[in-house]
Amino acid sequence: MKKSLLAIAFAAVALAASACGSSSSSSSSSAPAGGSTGAACSPASNKTLTANTLTIGTDNPAYYPYFSGGPGHEWSGQYNNDPYKDKGFEDAVAYAVAKQMGYSPSQVKWAVTHFNQSFSPGPKNFDFYLAQVSIKPNRAQNVDFSAPYYAANQAVVAIKGNPITKATSLADLKPYKLGSQVGTTSYDYITQNIQPSQQAQAYNTTNDAIHALENGQIDGLVVDLPTAFYMTAVQIPKSTIVGQFAPSPGGDQWGLVLSKGSSLTPCVEQAINALDRAGTLEQLRQTWLSEKASAPVLQ
Amino acid sequence: MLGGAGRNVAIASLSTVVFFTVLILVVVNAPGWENVKHAFFDPAEFRRYFKTIAHAFVLNIKVFLVAEVLILTFAMGLAVVRSLPGPVFFPLRLIAIIYTDVFRGIPTILLVYLFGFGIPALHLAHVPNDPVKLGGFALVVIYVAYVAEVYRAGIVSVHPSQEAAARSLGLTRGQTLRTVILPQAVRRVIPPLLNDFIGLQKDTALLAVLGPVEALQRANIAAASEFNYTPYVATAFFFVVITIPQARFTDWLINRQNRRQMAGGQI
Repeated sequence: MKKSLLAIAFAAVALAASACGSSSSSSSSSAPAGGSTGAACSPASNKTLTANTLTIGTDNPAYYPYFSGGPGHEWSGQYNNDPYKDKGFEDAVAYAVAKQMGYSPSQVKWAVTHFNQSFSPGPKNFDFYLAQVSIKPNRAQNVDFSAPYYAANQAVVAIKGNPITKATSLADLKPYKLGSQVGTTSYDYITQNIQPSQQAQAYNTTNDAIHALENGQIDGLVVDLPTAFYMTAVQIPKSTIVGQFAPSPGGDQWGLVLSKGSSLTPCVEQAINALDRAGTLEQLRQTWLSEKASAPVLQ
Repeated sequence: MLGGAGRNVAIASLSTVVFFTVLILVVVNAPGWENVKHAFFDPAEFRRYFKTIAHAFVLNIKVFLVAEVLILTFAMGLAVVRSLPGPVFFPLRLIAIIYTDVFRGIPTILLVYLFGFGIPALHLAHVPNDPVKLGGFALVVIYVAYVAEVYRAGIVSVHPSQEAAARSLGLTRGQTLRTVILPQAVRRVIPPLLNDFIGLQKDTALLAVLGPVEALQRANIAAASEFNYTPYVATAFFFVVITIPQARFTDWLINRQNRRQMAGGQI
């Protein structure tokens, strides 16, 4: 959700940039077979926020299916999830990265980080941050990104019975009032690809967007496909997925966020690449992101 | 040697120059200045988003212009009700007091949320669903409470002898209020009224929480897209720019009013 899709040209650059980044770091730092942590990347030598502890930042509330352990610690409330429970896709990715870097689960600490704090120029309260942040070249000028750990499709959710549910193409969506979370790829997708005739609405949280959809203030809500499945199944039972959008070239890829020039970036990069090669990321996706239910593709 | 006035000017100039030089040097030489400069004051980002934010700012302007007219009208009504004398009007005065206490106390953003998402959830017929109208309504409700207090201060500040004189000339209570008390009261409170309006203009940014893409939400989108805070600074620029002419206009109003009251005389 927390991401922005650029025009296709930019997305292609993003892919190229991330590809360059991963190839250079894998050649330089993950030379040991199996991508196990080298001497340069061990909990003892890593310059983390707290020695021998990996502090991971994420949003509060933390939403299903990226976090799914139910409320706990500072993450309280009906739809909130405690990241310490190691449940949900991103939660599992975070713990897998930590393990790959040599940290035991008890050495992982979670920090509440608002999305806007994740790219502030000053000291950060996390070693890395994950909350569905898309890798973009403009963003990469101000933070370090890891290699991507997921590529998401966008989808439209609507209340059953709304005329928008009959849409079968991007053009069919134009006359409707659409909304999304602010600062997300979903919002950019609306303004750049759908280009509706009415001004798109931008909400601060997913919960606000859900209220607006239920109140009829918007006809359709654009979110990531895994979020759409969760919304229609649990959060808004009277809603339905109108359709998903075909992935654009370069895709909408999520990466871990680190301070610009962080000494941890090569270590995190190395861990993600190792998990990717070992098939762990694919396995976690199958465990936590049920995409068996199909949604029609809107062209 | 310089004389009294010249010496004062020289000292003031020197102290001003030294103060600002030191301040600028401290900020510019701070270890993180380059990062801050890049994150908040990037000229390229400023130029890139200037137009889109200006376009979004039109919504803020529309909201506060409409809201200001409504606020001036309803707040006057509330202030007059609260100033009504006599035991008969006690229930009305009580309502006015409760209204002011409650809506001055509620955080504005909370009421914006409550109206913006709560009223449509009632599914009432003929009630608007538009977040701009609902959010604007919340701002009006809050600011009526503030502005009514400002009006009331003005009404109280008019000396009781004015009312006594008007009544002795045969004016009714209503005529006295309309032609003697209120004109003097309103003139006296124009500067604090402007103060509240500047507050209102900034609070139009709170409508962002309901979804409309006004200036602040546009800056949010831009900042999230670039991972750079300069769009927020660009938004602040627009808010500052519209308040400055208003401040000068109020100064001019006050001066003109003073000149008229003095009728050419000097103290």
